[in-house]
Amino acid sequence: MESVVDWPRQRASVIRDAVGVGLAVGALGISFGALSAVFGLSLVETSALSLLMFSGASQFAFIGVIGAGGNPLAGAAVAALLGSRNALYGLNLSALLGVHGPRRALAAHLVLDESSAMAIGRRDDRSARLAFWATGASVFVLWNLATLFGAWGAAALPDPSALGLDVASPAAFIALLAPRVRSRGPWVVALAAGAVALAAVPFVPIGTPALVAAVGIALVIGLLPEVAD
Amino acid sequence: MWLGLLLGALACYGLKLAGLSVPRRVLENNRVRRISALLPVALLAALIAIQTFSSSHRLTLDARSAGVLAAFTAVLLRAPFLVVVLVAAATTALVRHFV
Repeated sequence: MESVVDWPRQRASVIRDAVGVGLAVGALGISFGALSAVFGLSLVETSALSLLMFSGASQFAFIGVIGAGGNPLAGAAVAALLGSRNALYGLNLSALLGVHGPRRALAAHLVLDESSAMAIGRRDDRSARLAFWATGASVFVLWNLATLFGAWGAAALPDPSALGLDVASPAAFIALLAPRVRSRGPWVVALAAGAVALAAVPFVPIGTPALVAAVGIALVIGLLPEVAD
Repeated sequence: MWLGLLLGALACYGLKLAGLSVPRRVLENNRVRRISALLPVALLAALIAIQTFSSSHRLTLDARSAGVLAAFTAVLLRAPFLVVVLVAAATTALVRHFV
């Protein structure tokens, strides 16, 4: 009810949240840019990832494979698999956004953990739509600036790995994983996938253990009736 | 490198677009819903394990595991996203410096 009464205030609060999320993500973007440089990607390659792939977890996974000495195609496969959750967000967002044609093509690029979470959490459609666009735009601008800044900064540092940047990636994954493992089923899946991935390390090409483990476990448990619930 | 980079970017964009374009009915299929909910859990957990406890073809236990343990603790304490990442990096940096 109050949402209809005071739209300007509502709008200001949505935009303030969007900028806040953008700043937080930007800080992570600095570590992405720096880590990417540490892993040997050029400034152009690093920026291309942030501009074109534009999905933090997928980008961290991609450079993780490269940094470990794996094949870029394995990196692409892991990135795509992680990006599959964005398809799920899209399914939930499409009715809300109601976009078609070029606007849909643009909206698709902004489908992220952050923009989806900010939009789906709103009480009315108008502020949900604004939250999606504002958060998506804010994250896009700040993530890309931060990437550049981080990649440049790392080039200037004598030993960036001394800063512990390489754990920014698994730490971010833990933060992303936490809200998804609130019950026993997902915990079992997570532990099994971690164990299978480590067991596969000596035997499969670099960059593929996570892929092998995740697809195997998700399919096996997903197809078993009722185990994961 | 560029082939993998562009293919990965294209796949990520395609998935986002597909989500916005495919009818919602797909979600009503129980198996699709379960697998799509479990896949990120499995993949994130596998990536955490790999990026913490392995380097190339070997299993390792080094300063990274301290950082990841710190991140895990921060998440348990409901720290905000950024704090989780910073605590992890700082812990690993300190362990590298002093151990």
